[in-house]
Amino acid sequence: MTDAKPLLQVENLRVTFETETGPVKAVRGVSFSLGRERLGIVGESGSGKTMTGRAVLRLIRPPGRVEADSMIFDGQDLMAASDREMRALRGQRIGMVMQDPKYSLNPVMNVGDQLTEGLRQRDRIGRVEARAKAIAALEAVHIRDPERVMDAFPHELSGGMGQRVMIAMMLIPEPDLLIADEPTSALDVTVQAEVLSILDNLVRDRGMGLIFISHDLRLVSRFCDRVLVMYKGQVVEEIAAGDLLAAKHPYTQGLLNCLPRIGGARGPLPGLDRSGDWAKDATA
Amino acid sequence: MSLIEVENLTVTFRVKGRAVQAVQDVSLSVDLRESYGLVGESGSGKSTILRAICGMAPVTAGTIRIDGETLPTPRGRAFSRQVQMVFQDPYASLHPRHTIDRTLSEPLAIHGLPGSDAKVVKALEDVGLPTSFRFRYPHQLSGGQRQRVAIARALMLEPSILLLDEPTSALDASVQAEVLNLLNRLREERGLTFLMVSHDLAVIDHMCDRVLVMQNGRAVEELSRDALASAQMTTDYARSLFDASADRMLAPARGA
Repeated sequence: MTDAKPLLQVENLRVTFETETGPVKAVRGVSFSLGRERLGIVGESGSGKTMTGRAVLRLIRPPGRVEADSMIFDGQDLMAASDREMRALRGQRIGMVMQDPKYSLNPVMNVGDQLTEGLRQRDRIGRVEARAKAIAALEAVHIRDPERVMDAFPHELSGGMGQRVMIAMMLIPEPDLLIADEPTSALDVTVQAEVLSILDNLVRDRGMGLIFISHDLRLVSRFCDRVLVMYKGQVVEEIAAGDLLAAKHPYTQGLLNCLPRIGGARGPLPGLDRSGDWAKDATA
Repeated sequence: MSLIEVENLTVTFRVKGRAVQAVQDVSLSVDLRESYGLVGESGSGKSTILRAICGMAPVTAGTIRIDGETLPTPRGRAFSRQVQMVFQDPYASLHPRHTIDRTLSEPLAIHGLPGSDAKVVKALEDVGLPTSFRFRYPHQLSGGQRQRVAIARALMLEPSILLLDEPTSALDASVQAEVLNLLNRLREERGLTFLMVSHDLAVIDHMCDRVLVMQNGRAVEELSRDALASAQMTTDYARSLFDASADRMLAPARGA
């Protein structure tokens, strides 16, 4: 888990969108480093957590702009990499699981073809072998009937199955780093626990690095080693997941306190107070 | 006598000659001014019960009574004056090309009620939205603001029962807190009865007096608020749901 050299080192990452009303800064100066561990990024909608994940893969289209003092993945400077070099990294070395299987899987291609497409095109693997690998990947994410799922189209799968297919797809090339953007928010709690344990095993067994993006602080605190809390494009607090309950930043505390608890008080839930100095800093 | 009585309800969908029983033999009763929760995984039939009450699902057996009277089919205007529904996704449940004003005044127009101008302003104030939002379109509002509009719309006809289908699961934690507080305040002020669906036990626990745990279309176990808080469930399924609840992850003993 503790590599001397970090897998990913990001310094002062900025994502800006040019709009008619002036530039919108979605990410403003985020720095972090990641070893072979589980890093959580938490924040509300619009906090820039998804954009941070996408920026690492340079998956932001114009008029969006990605800038960083440096962004080094395994010794390679991602900011200086050509489009061709980026394509070689994406999927192969850095995988990304998107939020919503409904929109991220190809609706007119069956699951088997989607899973084997990369293997056949990129790795020039034969049909039979590719299919075997795809089925093994589906089994790895605990899909009970992989043969049937291989022939199914995305609309024939439930949300949980679709999400697991996405994870299987990302895992086939055995990436060193997986960026998972809300991989479980469409899932039921019991399925969620299952998907998390799949990801957990992969980090442990393969020594994969994981960036886990979520809006659910509780989930992240249980699942990750370290947590970055983002607000308006900035990291307001970095904290070991185990210490989350002792978080010092008022925003982190606010996020925790506004969640209802089983057996908690019935009175009105405390809202998130954004009047503090920290919130003013963020908009400056 | 209970306000809402559902007895041995079965809902069967027929798809390509195949019959799918989404709800099987479920009974529940909700008292006046009570808040009752339905919890379970997707596909457990919890939302289907709400839809069946509204007449939007094919009921094949059982009865639904409100205020002691069996509901007519189709439901009719008297029903919509008494029962209204708030849906899960505020992005999909508001007409994208109607202004908030039109969305809110439509129920009044359908029921031929006067004074829509003042009532729309009052409704916006009641749900904590500025009245300047009146002539905006849904896409100009955030998710939480849209859900407030959906709640305002449901309250336009001054119903006594609100059916809430995952009203906050599409919202951020801080916005969820605001909407839950709003719902609790309105229930208090107007003496509303809630039948609420959620997959989040912590939300149900916060909002409801009693909860029915469902699995695969069947009722598994009914729990009072105290029984839920003190983990006194008797079935394995209810316990597994309780254990998997995200809320438990913050327990100091970490999942213990």
